[in-house]
Amino acid sequence: MVTDPSYRGQILNLTCPLIGNYGVNEYDFESALPQVEGLLVKEYCWQPRSWRARESLGTMLDRHDILGVEGIDTRSLTLHLRRAGTMKGILSTIENDPAVLQRRLNDFPGINARDLVGEVTCQSAHPWTERSPEIVTPVGCRETGFVGENLHVVVYDFGVKYSILRSLANLGCRVTVVPCRTSAAEALALKPDGVLLSNGPGDPASYSDIIPIIQAILGRVPIFGICLGHQLLGMALGFSTFKLPFGHRGGNHPVRELASRKVNITSQNHGYCLKLGEETGATVPTHINLNDGTLEGLENRERWCFSVQYHPEAAPGPQDSTNLYKKFVVMMQNKV
Amino acid sequence: MPRRSDLQKIMLIGSGPIVIGQACEFDYSGTQACRALKEEGYEVVLINNNPATIMTDPAMADRTYIEPLTAETAVKVIEKERPQALLPTLGGQTALNLAVELADSGQLDRYGVELIGADADVIKKAENRDLFKEAMNRIGLAIAESVHLKNVGEALAFADIHGYPLVIRPSFTLGGAGGGIALNKEQLVEMVGTGLDISPIKQVLVEESLTGWKEFELELMRDHNDNVVVICSIENVDPMGVHTGESITVAPAQTLSDLEYQVMRTASIAAMREIGVDTGGCNIQFAVEPDSGRLVVVEMNPRVSRSSALASKATGFPIAKIAAKLAAGYTLDELTNDITRETPASFEPAIDYCVVKIPRWDFTKFPGADQTLTTRMKSVGEVMSIGRTYKEALQKALRSLEQGYDGLMDPKSQESGELYTSLDQLKEALPLPRASRIFTIADALRKGLSSDEIYSLTGIDSWFIDQVLHLVEFEDKLRLAEELNEEMLWQAKTWGFSDSRIAFLRGTEEKVIRELRRRYSIYPVYRRVDTCAGEFEAYTPYLYSTYERGAVETMAEQPSANEGSKGKVIILGGGPNRIGQGLEFDYCCVQAALTLRKDGYRVIMVNCNPETVSTDYDVSDCLYFEPLTLEDVLNVCHEEDPEGLILQFGGQTPLKLALPLLEEGIPIWGTSPRDIDRAENRREFAVVVDKLDLWEPAYGIAAHRSEAREIAARLGFPILVRPSYVLGGLAMRLVYTPEELDIYLQSGPPINSANPLLIDKYLEGAVELDVDALCDGEKMVIGGIMEHVEQAGVHSGDSCCVLPPYSIGTQQLKDIHRQTELLAHELNIRGLLNIQFAIHGREVYILEANPRASRTVPFTGKATGMPLAGLAAQVIAGASLDELGFTAEIIPDYYSVKEAVFSFSRFDNADIVLGPEMRSTGEVMGIDSNLGLAMAKAQLAAGTPLPVKGQIFITVADIDKPQAVELGRSLSRLGYDLLATRGTAAALRVAGVEVKEVKKISEGSPHMLDFINDGKVDLIINTPAGSGAFSDGKCMRQQAVHRGVSIITTMQGAMAALEGMRALQHSGMSVQCLQEYYRGSSPSS
Repeated sequence: MVTDPSYRGQILNLTCPLIGNYGVNEYDFESALPQVEGLLVKEYCWQPRSWRARESLGTMLDRHDILGVEGIDTRSLTLHLRRAGTMKGILSTIENDPAVLQRRLNDFPGINARDLVGEVTCQSAHPWTERSPEIVTPVGCRETGFVGENLHVVVYDFGVKYSILRSLANLGCRVTVVPCRTSAAEALALKPDGVLLSNGPGDPASYSDIIPIIQAILGRVPIFGICLGHQLLGMALGFSTFKLPFGHRGGNHPVRELASRKVNITSQNHGYCLKLGEETGATVPTHINLNDGTLEGLENRERWCFSVQYHPEAAPGPQDSTNLYKKFVVMMQNKV
Repeated sequence: MPRRSDLQKIMLIGSGPIVIGQACEFDYSGTQACRALKEEGYEVVLINNNPATIMTDPAMADRTYIEPLTAETAVKVIEKERPQALLPTLGGQTALNLAVELADSGQLDRYGVELIGADADVIKKAENRDLFKEAMNRIGLAIAESVHLKNVGEALAFADIHGYPLVIRPSFTLGGAGGGIALNKEQLVEMVGTGLDISPIKQVLVEESLTGWKEFELELMRDHNDNVVVICSIENVDPMGVHTGESITVAPAQTLSDLEYQVMRTASIAAMREIGVDTGGCNIQFAVEPDSGRLVVVEMNPRVSRSSALASKATGFPIAKIAAKLAAGYTLDELTNDITRETPASFEPAIDYCVVKIPRWDFTKFPGADQTLTTRMKSVGEVMSIGRTYKEALQKALRSLEQGYDGLMDPKSQESGELYTSLDQLKEALPLPRASRIFTIADALRKGLSSDEIYSLTGIDSWFIDQVLHLVEFEDKLRLAEELNEEMLWQAKTWGFSDSRIAFLRGTEEKVIRELRRRYSIYPVYRRVDTCAGEFEAYTPYLYSTYERGAVETMAEQPSANEGSKGKVIILGGGPNRIGQGLEFDYCCVQAALTLRKDGYRVIMVNCNPETVSTDYDVSDCLYFEPLTLEDVLNVCHEEDPEGLILQFGGQTPLKLALPLLEEGIPIWGTSPRDIDRAENRREFAVVVDKLDLWEPAYGIAAHRSEAREIAARLGFPILVRPSYVLGGLAMRLVYTPEELDIYLQSGPPINSANPLLIDKYLEGAVELDVDALCDGEKMVIGGIMEHVEQAGVHSGDSCCVLPPYSIGTQQLKDIHRQTELLAHELNIRGLLNIQFAIHGREVYILEANPRASRTVPFTGKATGMPLAGLAAQVIAGASLDELGFTAEIIPDYYSVKEAVFSFSRFDNADIVLGPEMRSTGEVMGIDSNLGLAMAKAQLAAGTPLPVKGQIFITVADIDKPQAVELGRSLSRLGYDLLATRGTAAALRVAGVEVKEVKKISEGSPHMLDFINDGKVDLIINTPAGSGAFSDGKCMRQQAVHRGVSIITTMQGAMAALEGMRALQHSGMSVQCLQEYYRGSSPSS
């Protein structure tokens, strides 16, 4: 979560009280760097114990000058956030006067004033080949004989999690990651079999400049949107968005796939949501969050696109929905 | 799909008596299932022979059959009730085995009964090692190399290939009974041999050992639409090689990264689908190689298990209740989460706290038994605690155990000098998994051993050892600090240190620390187990304490359900199960809670036992999952400020707190603690008895050894000796000679003026009676009188008893009534009173009086149809018996027999002789209008059926010979063949009864043990004569238990059994439910 670009600019308050037990290692990173502004935990473990640990969480944060605070009553803070909604926060080790801090907080314009996606996207197009580490799939649950080989996927990087790229690479896809404002013409010039719109930080409404790019690609090649990518695809299809009171966070959200009525437990991290009921044309809702009934997925077969609000690549969170990447591959294959 | 409307009547199978390995977690799951199915409008038929569980309360199911859990009786129930479906997954292995038997024999098909929750093939696939291995291989999951075998030779061949150590698991046994780890050839041969014996299908699994690997468990639920959720992950602190029921465990898993956990989660879901568990719960165990992360599936239970009870309590997700509803047709997303009320049950609980479970062992009850923990369960109970951190939860759990620990030190080992003093000793002790290993680890850290060294000696993940290290280091700070300032006290409380542990470290009294806390205003906050880590509003007040400076969450800010029109009452539960204090007390607490809620009180339950019904958040208005220590109870009182606190239902645990709570000004309801003390304190009780002009056996109280000898000489042998203030007859002995007394004085508990020894004259040959009575301060009504089949001297919890009495005259019963009334008034009883009487000759003696709910209350209640604990709760709350309409003793026109059930087969070398010290773990009940049949049912339920034909072995004391002749004659007439040792055989022959003489052990082979061993004996009747026989019969008794041969040790018992056998031959058993029995009974006085 600390390295997930979707958390760019945020102070993260973890409900799990014991943090740092198994340390960190670069194979689990979701981007090159930690992305959060600050990390709040109840009890921090200074001495990680795990065969996979390369260093402790604290050392890693220190290296990147990110403040981690232990001893926080994270449950009280959680309850406060639930009641009052997500809010601006300030951490200081120098200034003790709450009034001064409050003033600084009031002066802070908030993270939505920043071009967060612009901060986290890659600088130039580049290929991705790394697959998930061995451990991700226990022996035998591993796919054999499923091939997406020779398929070329262009991934729009709005702050893409490495796990999304790994998931595509696992299926044999050739992956090219492109910066967030790559024009449709440039992207299509790469002759992709499909385009993936990645996750990313911030309010989707601030990225209206990206919508025309997506609209230009729609119908030309299959599109798969995830999280922010889902929201942007939805906007391109005519949806508007709204802010959830405190967002969907964590790895235990039940989402119903409407066609099969089956429930998947999903990994979620978003503060905004597409408005259910604003579907037009051949667009249909495909998934609903069972906790609050909000839209979690949509599909438009005529225009070769589908998207989900949650994270089928897990990391962190349950792996119930990894089949969506396969669905994307099938879509690309059928098109050819 | 919503609930199935094609079903109207569903049959449930309970788990039977409490034995080690299958305890009251199934009382919890079964009770939840009953309630859930009734809530859905189904008619519930229950078969279970355990009287102590709330599940068999007539209010739970619609038709309650307290009948033996055998295929034969189950078929009779099916025949009579014609249920459309049978739900077998909530009654543990017992229910599952019985269901498979019924399915295999074609009985379910014959009566058109559908197995719901799991089908027979699924059960077999999960439980049969080969099928399971195949299934796991199909989905590519690794499992340990293993082989199923039917003889020792194959085991040796397997060992040649795979080497040692090897794990041995007999097929289809409870809690891994008969299992273990063989380190060499000798052990392998022995363990495989025993395993083959006890496996119902005579099959044993031998597999490569994963000893030392990390062990994890996941609890899953699946519905028929193939939705799967993982409720909880549990990590074992002790690595593989120690049964998960024997291990300290923590939830959620602490040493797995999200990625590793998710891999395991995905694997578990794949496994559940592959095995095909259709609906309901299942539990899967994994082993992980610490240095490589290699994941291996260990086993899977396709049913609700011990761990599901723990997982339910740890997360607030009611697994059994949901499992029952899924079996009735619902899908997970159609059910709501009780706690949040708006989100569906198809979610995975998020935990923002840490849960620790520690088992409780009672090794002192099984002298000689090997105390090393293995893959076989030996613990008799467990505690769970919740804290924000592992440190806090661990320390809370340790003090919840009620074994004298108030922190990371074992005071007993200090007193007895067992404390390991040198590093070498510690290093030697660490690799052995023992009950006390957590303390050994703390001691080793104190002596400077590093976490890594301890890891390499124990295989316990260093993370857990680090946690103990932090605590041990902080103890030093606490000890050495000049002043215990506010900052430091906060830190100590946040890490779970008890006041008494802090006091010990500071060299002061607990009270001083408590005062200090009050001065600094350091109180715990109570947080909700809300299933969602605060994401949604929680409505169910299921709470735990934690210390968090400046925390905002208090009860006041929370929505609360029933405020209670009549005020708040706290009920203190019974704490961890142990021998002598188990399920019976939880039954009383639950009945009391349910009754008072109905009466409009806001009932607050405090308990720390995760297996029980009382810690189901549904039972009370508010549940505090807390240790039952003075400190923790006072904190709850501080938070709640209750109108009253009731402590007479939870056994000795809350009773011990009576006087200290009173001193702190807590309003205690019911019989006053001072009167309780008058009854419990022997000297004061003698004054009471004298004053009322009643009789008790002559006695003395010894403060030192020589005094004990003097008293013994004055009273004359035999005598009963025991330390004061005990429950379950701990360290109580029957002593026949001065030599035996000397042995007891040397090896028994220490005697001093603070802990004097009680010595009673033993009334040889007396008949013992148990009376449960209710008194409202004015009126006394007897709830029931039970006659013991065994003579006085066998602990009342271990003996077989009958209600109503069958051999006592009206005059004596009247006298008992009179004496009970006198005592009830003298002791100002408000609530329950239990008295044990002995009838010796024509005289009635009082053995003891317990002014509280007794172990027999559930049995008495069921035998008479009166909810005694509920009535008692109402009386305690101020109602009169007249108002409640309970004014006269109910004497049923049928017989109820209670028989004790032991778990001796768990302990290879333990001596199994019955005596004044209680050692049974559970009990069964048999009901019939015919005394003999009731007896036969109880015996059958206890697993020691009376034979209808075959050979009976009789060997009795000289004094019993005349009666034995009569017995022999009758048995012979009934067609049994008799075997006897020389003396008894001679007596029988003289009387013209045909008998075959068998050699005593000392007379050389083939002797009586060989006969028992060869399965030639169907029943043993053996009465011990004096102390000699008590040790003489030991071999025979052990052999009998081992071979599962019924053994009767008293002439009274034998005569009753004779009636049973006669009745069995004559008419066979029929079944009838409680509801039918009660219809036929009416009050009489």
